[in-house]
Amino acid sequence: MTAKEWKFTSKDIANKPDLFLSGHRACAGCAPATVLKLVMKATRGPTIVTEATGCMEVVSSIYPYTSWATPWLHTAFETAAANASGIEAALKIMKKKGRISKEHVDVIAIAGDGGTFDIGLQALSGAVERGHDFLFLLYDNEAYMNTGIQRSGGTPHGAATTTSPAGRAVPGKLEYKKPLADIMIAHDMEYVATASPYYWRDLITKVRKGLEVEGPAFLHVFAPCPRGWRSNPAKSIEYSKLAVETCVFPVWEAVNGEYKLSIPSKVLSLAPQRKKPVSDYLKGQGRFRHMFKPENKALLEEVQRITDKRWQKLLKKCNLP
Amino acid sequence: MTSKYKGWKEIAPAGVCSKSSRTFLTGDWKTYTPILDLEKCIRCLICVMFCPDGAIIWVPDKKDIEFDMSFCKGCGICANECPTKAIEMKLE
Repeated sequence: MTAKEWKFTSKDIANKPDLFLSGHRACAGCAPATVLKLVMKATRGPTIVTEATGCMEVVSSIYPYTSWATPWLHTAFETAAANASGIEAALKIMKKKGRISKEHVDVIAIAGDGGTFDIGLQALSGAVERGHDFLFLLYDNEAYMNTGIQRSGGTPHGAATTTSPAGRAVPGKLEYKKPLADIMIAHDMEYVATASPYYWRDLITKVRKGLEVEGPAFLHVFAPCPRGWRSNPAKSIEYSKLAVETCVFPVWEAVNGEYKLSIPSKVLSLAPQRKKPVSDYLKGQGRFRHMFKPENKALLEEVQRITDKRWQKLLKKCNLP
Repeated sequence: MTSKYKGWKEIAPAGVCSKSSRTFLTGDWKTYTPILDLEKCIRCLICVMFCPDGAIIWVPDKKDIEFDMSFCKGCGICANECPTKAIEMKLE
């Protein structure tokens, strides 16, 4: 059964047993926990998960408790993709020697934005170049939340973090967010996609597609963090919706390098009047609070400008007007 | 040296988490409790999808959703996302 043939209802998903169990110690309103729960609902059979250090690794494996109902492995910060290549190579040789009876075992590597944008990038690049069969899942909460909200390569322009605080001299982070999914496409990968947990059907389908690919696949999932973004925990999922509606984080997929917008973003490309201004997404988040001061008006305009520029660039890649 | 613990040669080569986190109840973290109005609920299961703690369970026999208060951290995502506003957060 391929992802295209796989029809599911919300009841099917709700009835499927959880592989990411309750009782993990994530903060209240943690969207990465929702992401992992949904991702594990999309698995198609025996799965091995490997995870880099990060929030979701820490909260799910506080000794002696584990939140994983699948085989799960953790080593260092930079090694999510290296672990996955090792697991995949071991599975291959064990199958050759007849030591496992399973027909196919899926491998999922999970890392946060610190473990992908900055620290784990070389391991990921190497594993993709070697062509191991695994799905790399990046949950992007836009800073090193686990160690105390330090800026990462995934932190957007203007966001206040503990290492890029907003004050009179410097208005938050000065650099722009690294376009990581585009970097992964440059590796000639078969499947690269971005997803947002609010559009959960889209997310689940993309995970299944990524698992079905023979070879590496990369999935970039947006995951709001109420603690680090200093926002209301109840609005975590709402922000993941607003990020798509304001085109801050468009959802798309690229099969063999051909970009295609997914439905939530495609609607916005066909009806541009539905696109919301970025201030709708930024307000309410404590990390962007300084942007609404009168002296930082230029910063807000700059964020709108860079968002529109990246959106136009994406539309061009998708061959849309 | 005598020890009741196993030496490094006998134990597993990595740290092994042996207990399921389902035995660790996080429900006492919450300040707000979700109250479900079953008359307003349309069983769309959106709350089941979005609950980060898996504290909302779909019970097929009863055709209803149920809250597992031993895991609910009271974040209020369910109340915020509910299309019919059937869930209300009350101070505990």
